[in-house]
Amino acid sequence: MTADRWQQALLARDLLAIDPEGLRGLTLRARMGPVRQAYQDALRGFPLPLRRLHPDIGDDQLFGGVNVSDTLAQGRVVRDRGLLQDPCAAVLTMAERCPPDLAAKLAQGLDSGTVSALILLDEGTEDEAAPPALTERLAFHIDLDRIGRLEARPAPLPDLGAARARLPQVTIDPEAISTLTALAARFGIDSLRAPLLALRAARAHAALLGQDSVTSDDLRIAAELVFPARATRMPDPEPEADETPPDPPEAQPKEQDSDQGSGGDEIPDEMLIEAVQALLPPNLIDTAGDATPSKGARGSGAGARRKGNRRGRPLPPRPGRLDGRRRIDLVATLRAAAPWQPLRRQQAQDERRLIIHPSDIRVKRYEDRSDRLLIFTVDASGSAALARLAEAKGAVEILLAEAYARRDHVALIAFRGEEAELLLPPTRSLVQTKRRLAALPGGGGTPLAAGLRAAGDLAQQARHHGLSPTAVLLTDGRANIALDGEANRDTARQDAEQLARLLRAEGIPGLVLDVSTRPQAPLADLAAQMGAPYVALPRADAQRLSRAVTGALEV
Amino acid sequence: MTTPFPFSAIVGQDQMKLAMILTAIDPGLGGVLVFGDRGTGKSTAVRALAALLPPITAIKGCPVNAATRADCPDWAGIETDEVVERPTPVVDLPLGVTEDRVTGALDIERALTQGEKAFEPGLLARANRGYLYIDEVNLLEDHIVDLLLDVAQSGENVVEREGLSIRHPARFVLVGSGNPEEGELRPQLLDRFGLSVEVRSPTDIEERIEVIRRRDAFDRDADGFLSKWQAEDAKVRHRILRARADLAETETDDDALRDCAQLCVALGSDGLRGELTLLRAGRALAAYRGDDALDRDHLRAVAPLALSHRLRRDPLDDAGSATRVARTVDEVLG
Repeated sequence: MTADRWQQALLARDLLAIDPEGLRGLTLRARMGPVRQAYQDALRGFPLPLRRLHPDIGDDQLFGGVNVSDTLAQGRVVRDRGLLQDPCAAVLTMAERCPPDLAAKLAQGLDSGTVSALILLDEGTEDEAAPPALTERLAFHIDLDRIGRLEARPAPLPDLGAARARLPQVTIDPEAISTLTALAARFGIDSLRAPLLALRAARAHAALLGQDSVTSDDLRIAAELVFPARATRMPDPEPEADETPPDPPEAQPKEQDSDQGSGGDEIPDEMLIEAVQALLPPNLIDTAGDATPSKGARGSGAGARRKGNRRGRPLPPRPGRLDGRRRIDLVATLRAAAPWQPLRRQQAQDERRLIIHPSDIRVKRYEDRSDRLLIFTVDASGSAALARLAEAKGAVEILLAEAYARRDHVALIAFRGEEAELLLPPTRSLVQTKRRLAALPGGGGTPLAAGLRAAGDLAQQARHHGLSPTAVLLTDGRANIALDGEANRDTARQDAEQLARLLRAEGIPGLVLDVSTRPQAPLADLAAQMGAPYVALPRADAQRLSRAVTGALEV
Repeated sequence: MTTPFPFSAIVGQDQMKLAMILTAIDPGLGGVLVFGDRGTGKSTAVRALAALLPPITAIKGCPVNAATRADCPDWAGIETDEVVERPTPVVDLPLGVTEDRVTGALDIERALTQGEKAFEPGLLARANRGYLYIDEVNLLEDHIVDLLLDVAQSGENVVEREGLSIRHPARFVLVGSGNPEEGELRPQLLDRFGLSVEVRSPTDIEERIEVIRRRDAFDRDADGFLSKWQAEDAKVRHRILRARADLAETETDDDALRDCAQLCVALGSDGLRGELTLLRAGRALAAYRGDDALDRDHLRAVAPLALSHRLRRDPLDDAGSATRVARTVDEVLG
């Protein structure tokens, strides 16, 4: 099995070498090691020059630009050639760290044809992965992690000149287009790039084998290579009625020159499915959620986290080039240049000038981390007030002290009567929070949904300001006021659940603290729908409440 | 650069195509926002539209594509009246672009070698009279977004930095595309786009197959495919040109204005931008269809485009905002 995988990985390489512009490239997911090394060695002799990029690469290195220091030194314009100015296959190392802007630039390059092919070396562990904007455009996804080093036999790239020459002449049965498209749809692949890439892979495979037309075997192999990594669901066991019938018209226009295909076209749908299915990762059902929009929304962190830094902890400066985005660390630069001054002055025969070379330039660095915002959403209804409001207040106060120590922001929302009220917009002011909290009255109904909505809205706003919000809900879970202010337990519960799902869909982490006298099962459900941990606190003191919050957030 | 895919050969995605045609007829509509899944042909449509549009005539060598010498900015030092034809500019604004590249900045090259203070025009200058296309607009950095909004609204780019004081016209149609899964767009920016479209992958198998078939034919023989669709593209181009000419004569009576206002009130859209866009888009559609006056049919067709991104978020309404607009349109216009 694993040897097959290695063969398959090599096959993907061969196909890519035949049609790099059409297949666009491959994602290689593997940790550093002999297997990956063997595969990289196997890429030697690729028809295009391989250019290595790294995630921190700057624009002038990619696209070229005026070389400021050389221009100054030589008194004439010196331009650097960009890595992507000539046709090449770009190899992006550490692709899982690729920032969105580089991904967008490479995607643009792929679309406009300035980057002929892209090879992503993805060394990510579990949840890290190369940006989907790029992987989606590339035909193949190869996972080398389960291949043993013994299976990974070296395999130099064969001479594919004949196959490349043949490629434009390979014909394809129009029916094959339908087959591949329908197949992609049954695996839940939304993007139309997938069947297109599979089609090209099939064609390249036919060219590789020296055929003049694409056979059902080519289709099967292409589907096996392109679809599994993109599949979001197992196909339904029963194929829809209108997909399979076109057998009769399919068989007649095709005159097979070899014996292998004459009857082969009648079953391809099912055969293809089985073939692709065998290659699907076993836990597809669990991972399928990743592709659904709701969970994908968590990805917004990629945008918010980087730019939202109000304060960055300065890190030691490091040598670098000035590309318009970085800032020079003047002191460090001078310090780096200082020891060389006598030598340089001698060479330049200039006694007074301070001579700074490009290698002296140090750039400032800051540590990226966005501030956390704890949104306390406190149930101040009659039922809660009776039992635990005082305790909840105490817990919030203790948490505030901790938040203060960690420089977290806090916000306070209370819901009672018919609506939720933002008592305190995000702040770091401890005094103000305490004062508002102490003045919080209790009594009235429990408009849980309104409280959740207020928390969700505030969290969204906070995101736009670059904070990472966490919603902490303290309630006894007895929702009895619907979102429209109507006193109806059923609609109130439904509304609350819907909003809980919305919070989850928006990727806002949360925590539900049950402060009722007896833990409530419905509230645990609500927490599950929010995707938040549920902590029941029967008869807790404030200290324990706070430990629970800290514990749950620390995870 | 690869040849763009012919506009009329794009399968389905009628709303997106309509929105783009409307901005081509009336560039004052304020741009299009296309939100949708990956691989639905967003970028393809933008590039195809630009290729479809007739070339513009501009003064030779003018950095901002000005039509007459009087419109050329002084700093460009243009001294000729010679005009050349240029394809309608489509400028890509990549993510992570620096402010200097967008607005233009001191020409470092000339400053270094000749010691001259000269202005090097940026992307905004190149996009004048054309399209500025931002892929993944929702991931664009905030300060660039603010800058774009400012220029898009005033139609003029003002650079005051590094001892330069430069201004030049920058009137362009902003086309943004993005994938909502990767992050939302700030509401301020959302509202500035005139029209918005949500695109999805077609669910109909036949339609999907047709997409693949055409794309494959195009990839294999671009020239043959283009010549096959040339006539169709020319038809659309002709209609756009005629509609541009007719736009000023298209009549709008008070009833139509009342309809616009009622729709916007019923939907609770903020500000008056909704009404204005609805009106202009409706008028552009009327001109495109060759009708003399704006009527309810036109409004009905453009309401989802012009209004769906101006609604307040309603977490309890599972239906998409386009559906909500359609529902309200039915209620108000009957």
